[in-house]
Amino acid sequence: MCEEMRRDPSVFLIGEDVGVFDGVFGVSAGMLAEFGAERVRDTPISEMAIVGGALGAALMGMRPIAEIMFADFVTCAMDQVVNQAAKARYMSGGKANVPLTLRIVNGAPGSAAAQHSQSPEAWFMNVPGLKIAIPATPYDAKGLLKTAIRGEDPVLFFEHKMLYAVKGEAPEGEYTIPFGQAAIRRQGTDATVIAIGGALPVVEQAAQQLERAGISVEVIDPRTLVPLDTETLIKSVQKTHRAVIVHEAHRRAGPGAEIAALLAEEAIGYLDAPILRVAAKNVPFPYNPDLERFILPSVEDVVAAVKGVTQYRL
Amino acid sequence: MRRLSHALLKLQAYFQSHFSGTAMTPSHLRPLDLYRRMLLIRQFELRAINERKSGLIPGFIHACIGQEATAVGACAALRQEDVIASTHRGHGHLIAKGGEPKYMMAELAARSDGYCGGKGGSLHMTDFDLGILGANGIVAGGIPMAVGAALAFQMRKEPRVALAFFGDGAVNEGAFHEAANLAGLWTLPMIFFCENNLYGEGTPQHKQAPVPDLAVRAAGYGFPGVIVDGNDVLAVFEATQQAVERARAGGGPTFVEGKTYRHRGHYEGDPMVYRTREELEFWKQRDPLTRFRHHLLDAGLATAAELDAIAAAITQELDEAVAFATASPAPAPASALAGVYGETHGGRVF
Repeated sequence: MCEEMRRDPSVFLIGEDVGVFDGVFGVSAGMLAEFGAERVRDTPISEMAIVGGALGAALMGMRPIAEIMFADFVTCAMDQVVNQAAKARYMSGGKANVPLTLRIVNGAPGSAAAQHSQSPEAWFMNVPGLKIAIPATPYDAKGLLKTAIRGEDPVLFFEHKMLYAVKGEAPEGEYTIPFGQAAIRRQGTDATVIAIGGALPVVEQAAQQLERAGISVEVIDPRTLVPLDTETLIKSVQKTHRAVIVHEAHRRAGPGAEIAALLAEEAIGYLDAPILRVAAKNVPFPYNPDLERFILPSVEDVVAAVKGVTQYRL
Repeated sequence: MRRLSHALLKLQAYFQSHFSGTAMTPSHLRPLDLYRRMLLIRQFELRAINERKSGLIPGFIHACIGQEATAVGACAALRQEDVIASTHRGHGHLIAKGGEPKYMMAELAARSDGYCGGKGGSLHMTDFDLGILGANGIVAGGIPMAVGAALAFQMRKEPRVALAFFGDGAVNEGAFHEAANLAGLWTLPMIFFCENNLYGEGTPQHKQAPVPDLAVRAAGYGFPGVIVDGNDVLAVFEATQQAVERARAGGGPTFVEGKTYRHRGHYEGDPMVYRTREELEFWKQRDPLTRFRHHLLDAGLATAAELDAIAAAITQELDEAVAFATASPAPAPASALAGVYGETHGGRVF
């Protein structure tokens, strides 16, 4: 964000407690001091006004980054996201430019319970006009965010709250990561595991365990859900003949449902086993840590699913 | 009539005490142009209603007939570089901001030469080049956007203002309140223009809000609310102009409530079971176009012949608009897939 704000005066950050508070997860630490309150703009608790205001500014040529403190709160701004931002260009016959980035904090765990833990990416996959980025590494977070900010379309940029603690390479200076290009995190031959956002660390642990058990897993991180890099997914399935999709969103009609449907439509001929989904169980997130752990996808769940597809016989 | 009551009686008294004989003409205003725009809105919509019946127009229409003075009076107070956010009843706003009937008619007819290439229709008809952030199918949906535009102007230190049109129904939506709070808090160059036509769809205002004057809501957000006779184009202009001057000078937002009335239903075809013939007649006696015509003639600002010539020119313009729309090709089916995104990432999204 800082690099983009230094580079382009039309970029600014707007949201609840993004300034003095540094953002509740500390993401904007130091930004108020560098850029001032005009461009690091604390707002009232008004998600609809935050998103709608950012949208209006975007339509006037600014490049706002609006932060939604918890993904659960985006529901308060649904009209502005779904009916306004997503459709402004299309409804106007292509005239409206909407360079709007919504940074949305998603994910469990942490005993944050039912209204501070959700991963609602799939809700928005069903809305043409939105793009969805969901980085899993520090390197990607930077490169994808730059692409979002410089782009001409509304982007929902999901930041999993547990990933804030992940350390990794994110070099200073200029690089961007294009949307619609998945990253192959690990090469493998026996099964493809598609890991979305915060599920990546879980999947990587599972892949290590599976390797010790003699099962070679290819781990793919789509990085953006809209657009989705179906080519890389299909190519991997062509090689491994098995697919497992892992995410923290709820299982029913989560991102995995769409990916599984695409693979079924376009790659069924390569598959030697059913496509499996490992996801949060279809209940609200409970407060109790044990209950929460029980409903979230675990390393063991991923291991079991991969073993399931690799041992599957037609 | 007895049921109309409170709000209307107050309004009648208000008309008498505030507006009788006060309609002075600001010197830089061109009264005939205001009249032409009001009449163009009226005639455009009447023609569109006819063309819908004849089959040229496939979608629904929310006509603003009876409310022409708010659209024209408010937009007359704006400069070209100022922006507005419009509503589902937005034909008048578009014409008042400079929209051309032929592209509008083509859009209503869902043709490729329409303002939105046939993708918007009545509810979304707009021209961003004219500084219109869109009409809007969602009640109050455009207000936060106008606040955002005003924020952009303030941040860039541009002497521009944003004006959001909305109806009396919209002030009961959360979007209005969040937007008003932000605009008041940040002293944004913004005008909240409420076209109070006394009905939110089919429900009268007194069943939707516990206060007869909606302008009082501004007080809670720290900026002034003013009430004008929304059927007096000059009164609307003056009130809006003061609000615009205040906004441009850094004084922050103003809520302008124009009391008006729609002559047609909420949409064309609305059976209008919710109001009486007498009430409609009461308001037709206060038709903004008739009133302004009389004012122009009485004040010697125009002759009947001049006004008739304006009407004739409009009829011709609308004949041409209908011909243009009829001749405009339908969009190719594949064009439905274009224009969702600015960047398509190698065709991965349309």
